[in-house]
Amino acid sequence: MTAPLLAVENLRVEFPTRRGALIAVDDISFEIARGETLGVVGESGAGKSLTGAAIIGLLEPPGRIAGGRIFFDGRRIDNLPYAEMRRLRGAKIGAIFQDPLTSLNPLYTVGRQLIETIRTHLPLSETEAKRRAVSLLEEVGIPAPERRLDQYPHQFSGGMRQRVVIALALCANPQLIVADEPTTALDVSIQAQIVALIKRLCREHGTAVMLVTHDMGVIAETADRVAVMYSGRIAEIGPVRSVIKSPKHPYTVGLMASIPMIGDKAAHLAQIKGSMPRLGSIPPGCAFNPRCPKVFDRCYRERPILIPTETSAASCWLYDKAAAR
Amino acid sequence: MTTEHPFVEVENLTRHFDVSKPWLNRVIERQPIQILRAVDGVNFSIPKGKTFALVGESGCGKSTIAKLCVGLYRPTAGSIRIDNTDIASLRSRAEILGVRRRLSMIFQDPYASLNPRWRVADIVAEPIRAHHLLDDATAIRARVDELLGHVGLSSRDGEKFPHEFSGGQRQRISIARALASNPEFIVCDEPTSALDVSVQAQILNLMRDLQRELGLTYLFISHNLAVVSFIADEIGVMYLGKLAERADTRTLFTRPMHPYTRMLLDAVPDLAMTGRQRVPVQGEVPNPISPPPGCRFHPRCPYANDRCRRETPALLPLKGVATPGWVACHAVEEHRLPPLT
Repeated sequence: MTAPLLAVENLRVEFPTRRGALIAVDDISFEIARGETLGVVGESGAGKSLTGAAIIGLLEPPGRIAGGRIFFDGRRIDNLPYAEMRRLRGAKIGAIFQDPLTSLNPLYTVGRQLIETIRTHLPLSETEAKRRAVSLLEEVGIPAPERRLDQYPHQFSGGMRQRVVIALALCANPQLIVADEPTTALDVSIQAQIVALIKRLCREHGTAVMLVTHDMGVIAETADRVAVMYSGRIAEIGPVRSVIKSPKHPYTVGLMASIPMIGDKAAHLAQIKGSMPRLGSIPPGCAFNPRCPKVFDRCYRERPILIPTETSAASCWLYDKAAAR
Repeated sequence: MTTEHPFVEVENLTRHFDVSKPWLNRVIERQPIQILRAVDGVNFSIPKGKTFALVGESGCGKSTIAKLCVGLYRPTAGSIRIDNTDIASLRSRAEILGVRRRLSMIFQDPYASLNPRWRVADIVAEPIRAHHLLDDATAIRARVDELLGHVGLSSRDGEKFPHEFSGGQRQRISIARALASNPEFIVCDEPTSALDVSVQAQILNLMRDLQRELGLTYLFISHNLAVVSFIADEIGVMYLGKLAERADTRTLFTRPMHPYTRMLLDAVPDLAMTGRQRVPVQGEVPNPISPPPGCRFHPRCPYANDRCRRETPALLPLKGVATPGWVACHAVEEHRLPPLT
C-alpha cells in the first residue's frame, strides 16, 4: 500500500466574528487514494464545500484554516505560500465548480481561456497548446472543437459549458480533481451525461476525484467511498455501497430514508425532525443529538469519534463496543 | 376522468412571448419578429382533491403554466376553467378577486418569496387582509396562529422575521400564507427544489397531510421524477411547450411510452445500486425560439423517422391498454417502439 494521494488530518476551518470564531469544519480527517473517487455528501451548511475549498487553497477570507494539516502526494500543502500553491493548483489539483457560467470568463473565447491555462502549467508553444485544447474539447465530447474554440461561453449551452469547465480542469493532467457540485446546476438528462463523462475521464487518466455534492444519487453512480458530513464533522465514512445499503450513523439512516424513490408508494416519507443547527449553536456532545431518534445520555456529554463498524466508520457512540462491554 | 366533472380543466392552453429585438433594430438589422412558444396547446384536467404534476427540463414551459393557472400571465389562446369559471375570460376586478381567493401559489425559493421586512404574522395575514376575509385584528391574529399551527410552527414564530428561520421553516411559512385565504386549488412551483433532502421529506409529508385534511387540489411543478412519484396522482411530461405523455403516476413509471419519458426515467441516478447500466441521454434541449419541425423531440429520439421530422404528433389516447394514458408520438402510434426491457 503506497501513501495516499491526499491526506487531510484534523482539518479545522473557522470564520472569526465579533462574537467569537464560528467553526465551519471541525476536526475532520480522511484520505483519498490514487485514482479513487471520494464522494462528500451533506446538507447545505455541513461544511462540504469549505473542505474542498480548503484543499485547493481557495478559502474566501475571513474563512481560514485554523488547525490540522493537508498532505498532497506526501507534501504538506496547507501552509504553502500563495505563489507556490498557485503553481500546484491547476497543475496537480484541478477544480470544477458548480456554476459553469461563473467559472468561465464571459469576455474571452473558450479557446483563449483553455490555451492560457495550458500554457500557464505546461511548457508548450501557442500552436501546441491550441492542438491540446482541441483534443481536450474533443475528449469531453464537444462536437466540432476547432470551431467551438473561437466562441464565447454564452454561445454554449449549460451542459456544454460544464464540459468546457471539465476540459479546463484537465488541462495539465492533474492527479486530483476537486469537483464542487458539478452537476447541480444542470437538468437531469444532462446531469447523467456529465456524471458519465467524469467517470470515464477518471478511469482513463487515473485521476482521483473529490466529488462534493448534496445528491446521493450522483454519489451512488460515481464514488468509490463516501463521507457523510453533518455540522462540519464527518458523521460516517465508508465504501459507497455499504453506506447506501446499510447506513450506520442515525443521520445517514434518516437521510437515506428521506430520499423519495421511484416505485415505492409509501404514504409518508421518513423524515428527520428539525433541521441542522446553525454554526453558532452547535450543541455540546454529538452535533446530531437534538434530532437523533437513538440519543442517550453520553451523546449530550461527549463528542463521538469515528468508530469502525463492520462496513464503515461512524461517529456515533452506539457503535462503541468498548463501552458496551 | 371524463365521467366526473374535473375541478381544474386546462384546454388548448397556449402562451407565446414576443422576444424580438426593439422595432428600430428589427428594421435596421432586417430581422423578423421572434416568438417564443413557451406553452403550445396543452390539455389536462385535475379532479378535486387530487394532485397533477408537470415534469420536464428547464425551459419546457412548466413554470409558465403555473403562472397562467394563477392568473399571473394571460394565455395567448385556450382556457383555464376552475370549477367551471374560465379565469382567462374574467375582466372585472370583482370577478377576478372572487376566483383568486380560491387559488394560491407556493414558490420555489423561500428566501425570495417572503418579504424580509415583514413579521411572519403579517406575511401570513396578508391574503386575509387583501381579500377582507376577517376585519377584526384579534380574529386575524387567531386565524394566523391556527395557520402556523397547521404547518407545524408555533404562534410565537409570528413575531419573528423571515431571516430567523431555516429554508424548510420558511417554506412552511409560504405554505401557511398560501392557505390563509382558504383556497381550494394550490399551484406549487418547485416547492422543494431549494431544500435539502431531509427537509424536503418534511415539506412533502406536510403538503400531503394538508391535502387530505383540507381537500386541496394541487398542480405540482417539478423537475424531480422521484418527488413527483411520491406526491402526484397523475403526471404530465412536458417537452418544449407541449405535453409528451400523460398518465397516472403508477402507470407512467411502470409503463413509460414516450421515448422522452423513457429517457428521463433512465437518467434518474440508480440509488438502489442495482448495477443497472444507464444509457446517458443524447443531445440537449434545443432552443425553444426555433424548435425543430415535426415532433420537437426528434433530434434526440432514437426512433425518429421521416414522419417524425415532418409532422407534429398529437396527444392521443393509448389503445388496447388496461390503464388510460395519452402519448404524443408517431412511433408509439405505429407500434414501432421496442417493448420495455
